Amino acid sequence: MQRIGVFVCWCGSNIAATVDVKAVAEAMSHESGVVYATDYQYMCSEVGQAKIRSAIAEYKLTGIVVCSCSPRMHEATFRKTAAAAGLNPYMVEIANIREQCSWIHKDMMTATEKAIILARAAVAKVHLNAPLVAGSTPVVKRALVIGGGIAGIQTALDIAEAGFEVDIVEKQPTIGGRMAQLDKTFPTLDCAACILTPKMVECSQSEKIDLLTYSEVEEVKGFVGNFTVKIRKKARYVDTTKCTGCAVCTEKCPSRKAKNEFNMGLNTRGAVYIPFAQAIPNVATIDATNCLHFKTGKCGICQKNCSAGAINFEQQDEIIERQYGAIVAATGYKPISVDKMDEFGYSRNPDVITSLELERLMNAAGPTKGTLLRPSDGKHPKTIVFVQCVGSRCDQSTKGGKSYCSKICCMYTAKHAMLIREKYPDTDVHVFYIDVRTPGKNFDEFYRRAVEQYGVDYIKGMVGKVAEHDGKLLVQGSDLINNEQIKIDADLVVLAAAIEPDPSARSIATMLTASMDTNDFFTEAHPKLRPVESPTAGVFLSGVCQGPKDIPETVAQASGAAAKVIGLLNKDALVNNPCVAHSDELICNGCSQCEKVCPYGAITYIDKEVRGPGVREVRRVAQVNPAVCQGCGACTVTCPSGAMDLNGFSTKQIMAEVDAICR
Amino acid sequence: MPMNTEWKPKIVAFCCNWCSYAGADLAGSSRLAYPADVKIVRVPCSCRVNPLFILRAFERGADGVILCGCHPGDCHYTSGNYYARRRMTMLFSMLDYMGVDKGRTRVEWVSAAEGPKFAATMNDFVKTITELGENVKLGDLRCKESLK
Amino acid sequence: MTARAAALLADGTVQRVLGWEKGDFDYDLTPAFFETADELKNLVYGDYSGANLSKYLIKAGKKEGKTLVFLKPCDTLSMNQLMAEHRVDREKVYVIGVGCKGMLDHEKVEAAAAKGEKKERLELMLGKCQDCKGKTFAVSDEVIDDEESRVEFGGNRFSKVAELEAMTPEERFAFWQSQLSKCIRCNACRNVCPACSCNKCVFDNAASGVSAKVNANEFEERMFHIIRAFHVAGRCTDCGECSRVCPQNIPLHLLNRKFIKDIDEIYGDYQAGESVNERHPLINYTKTDAEPSIVYERGGRE
Repeated sequence: MQRIGVFVCWCGSNIAATVDVKAVAEAMSHESGVVYATDYQYMCSEVGQAKIRSAIAEYKLTGIVVCSCSPRMHEATFRKTAAAAGLNPYMVEIANIREQCSWIHKDMMTATEKAIILARAAVAKVHLNAPLVAGSTPVVKRALVIGGGIAGIQTALDIAEAGFEVDIVEKQPTIGGRMAQLDKTFPTLDCAACILTPKMVECSQSEKIDLLTYSEVEEVKGFVGNFTVKIRKKARYVDTTKCTGCAVCTEKCPSRKAKNEFNMGLNTRGAVYIPFAQAIPNVATIDATNCLHFKTGKCGICQKNCSAGAINFEQQDEIIERQYGAIVAATGYKPISVDKMDEFGYSRNPDVITSLELERLMNAAGPTKGTLLRPSDGKHPKTIVFVQCVGSRCDQSTKGGKSYCSKICCMYTAKHAMLIREKYPDTDVHVFYIDVRTPGKNFDEFYRRAVEQYGVDYIKGMVGKVAEHDGKLLVQGSDLINNEQIKIDADLVVLAAAIEPDPSARSIATMLTASMDTNDFFTEAHPKLRPVESPTAGVFLSGVCQGPKDIPETVAQASGAAAKVIGLLNKDALVNNPCVAHSDELICNGCSQCEKVCPYGAITYIDKEVRGPGVREVRRVAQVNPAVCQGCGACTVTCPSGAMDLNGFSTKQIMAEVDAICR
Repeated sequence: MPMNTEWKPKIVAFCCNWCSYAGADLAGSSRLAYPADVKIVRVPCSCRVNPLFILRAFERGADGVILCGCHPGDCHYTSGNYYARRRMTMLFSMLDYMGVDKGRTRVEWVSAAEGPKFAATMNDFVKTITELGENVKLGDLRCKESLK
Repeated sequence: MTARAAALLADGTVQRVLGWEKGDFDYDLTPAFFETADELKNLVYGDYSGANLSKYLIKAGKKEGKTLVFLKPCDTLSMNQLMAEHRVDREKVYVIGVGCKGMLDHEKVEAAAAKGEKKERLELMLGKCQDCKGKTFAVSDEVIDDEESRVEFGGNRFSKVAELEAMTPEERFAFWQSQLSKCIRCNACRNVCPACSCNKCVFDNAASGVSAKVNANEFEERMFHIIRAFHVAGRCTDCGECSRVCPQNIPLHLLNRKFIKDIDEIYGDYQAGESVNERHPLINYTKTDAEPSIVYERGGRE
């Protein structure tokens, strides 16, 4: 018979305001097996935990129930508390009387009644708990970073710096990501390439970093400490070991129709190309869909002109398989498509552009060599209208808009406005905004400078319509402060399009079994306390894939993720989850059904002499590898004889909970 | 203290730890109310739920049983909910075949981000069960206070 | 048949023969092992050899040497299913497939005789034979068959299930209530079922939390049969033995057949025991499977 202690937490007033905690403790003190029941303001505090520890000693408790917040929050805390008092940590059960009771019910009587039932179910379960001892598995000392933007680069550099090997998988031919496309960065206005490219070079020169560019993750198996990942290295049709990056082929290529992705499609590139001058690796890639050789079989000019003999039309995709201890998602973002937002006429008028396109138009390496020219006629725009919150903070049901704030647009719009006024003082710059959000070091000062020093005209209000009118763009909008409708004849309209997670993130999340929110941003293990970890052990988050952020924040999170990875890789072995399946060999029929449903291949069969009352024979029986089993329980239900059971969630425990709830 | 005495449905909700239990937590932290008649049993995965547990709940007096798991394709264990989906389809079909009221059992996929869906699902399920009334066809009558 | 069995015993190919043994009455044929030529004199294969011998192969497998077994076409599916579950080792079994023209139900024969009625053979057959699933042997080492036993018969085996499905829930409830309340929990259905081959049944295992020896109430009557049907779902070959042996004449096969019909309709046609290597539908899935709510959306009167 267990000696159970019940500890009812007030959580300040979070629980105590709706649940009569004293009544819960009192009711529990009458439950069978309960020898001690008490309540306290904050069970998770040091004082609260000390109370639990001393009660374990004083009442010789063999099991405890903490009625508190969700076990997802503090189960680990209270398990440690129990362990510190010499009680097996798996003799702890949590009754969730906060998230699933006090926070959703208003009536005290109802909430208290429910809390008592939930506590009773936990007591019934803990009666059947058994001490569990965790085994351990070795950690593969290598990390995978998915995405080679600034987030992935920083994470990889930090991991490499700590002495661990790390691979970056990047689907584009070069690392660098979105940051490589930017001209200058706020709030310091230093050039993006000047601060990014040295880091890219560092990646390529590091002995610890293996860059797998033009590659995609195909399959992820395994678990924390021991992932097996299949990576597809797409055929570049260029031997990267021979290519010197001389770019002769890119100049000679007769196919000139492919849109230059790096310049946001503002100009074209050859079918064989190097995305930009400082690309890493600095090698050419043939885009087979545009290449005349692949389309007609006739061309081969690049091959003829390559003095290094690097062009290889026979190249095939290559699948490589590697082991990793940890995986970091750094899949980044893209601007949303504004095609369907008819009011701005983006798809109708070339002079309505997005902010990222403007970055390219202002960049010295861009299609206009850094001179700001209108895409339609190549003239200098004299009046420019910026529209903020295009697709951000809007009703999600309409035209691909997003309900969230994209966070970076206020600052880059201020940057654009300021840079234009600096370079072309004769230009009128108007900015339509809903709110200007500038939290961040030196951010508000930066924005004030745009308004006060550079005379940028900020108009509070939204743009209702952009119409073409006599070769100009007639922008109609509302000025909410002066309460009037205004019309501006503009030469160029720049839309601060919302950002969204890269479309590849969804399939990667599925492979990683990492959860995502409704916007396809990766979910963090805890929104405040574990922001760089995914709830899936061994999977970490870096950069915008977790939520909109600017460069400094991305870099900070990237280093945070790296620190977590280093902490993990530093361990020689990981303690396993002891809540794994096990089979009773006396009952097992050896039918192999469990083996077939196990997603981890944790079950094998052996012929073994089994001995029991009246039984002594060789039988084919199931065996579970506790290091591989992840404890899902699929096998337990498949097993018709009930030989297979799950530690921590045994059939009897679940039934006891059900019985207690229905009592 | 005084306890409620009018008939209230007893509802057992099996929730997988990774999605639906987290969804229930999110409903809680978003203060989205649903009736206290719903009591959640945490299981690692929807595939841990044995039809026996569901029958057991009814036997002991439950009026409705709902199973919530990760959306198909999002299972933390990759395939658990696919097995659960087939098992529950078969079980529900058998209960229906035996003439037990339709609707006393349900499966809903609720992600960790779907706090509002969790609350809405529970509100709707409680409404359905309240309309169906007390479960008399599939219970051990000895477990029923009112029928003793 | 007897001669062939005797020959195989004599030359040492098999150590024993599993067949049907003559009883006190003509219809009283029971499964038995024969180890000598002398014992084989009692081997009978006749109108009342309805029993499916497959399950006895589990017991035979624990003995040394090979066992010769006579299997009717439908019985071979059970043996295959047992092989799929590693319960029977193909190497230890010599299968002689025996042709079958439908086995008789002695109760039907006697009832007809008592009334002096002359009936067609089909009308006097066991329910499971009236719904014959075919004449093919899923597994065999040799076949002893004749023209007469290859005559196809048997209608739509799901017609009774469909009839029940078409009833109102109240009618269905009443039907099963009246049927299952007859259950005396003798466990004959379980003991005869080739799929119910667990070393220890959950209903006999105190640790399972559901063990029970008797039906204490209506719930337990249903619980036992639902769980039994569920445990064999996807593995039941529809051999019909459960209904054949039920002393209370409960049409238990209608539970299993309901699962088979559902599986066929929702996940595609599947016959357990047809293949040894396939995953059965309940340990398989597709990403686009129907949602469980399909059972509420499908037809049937309210």
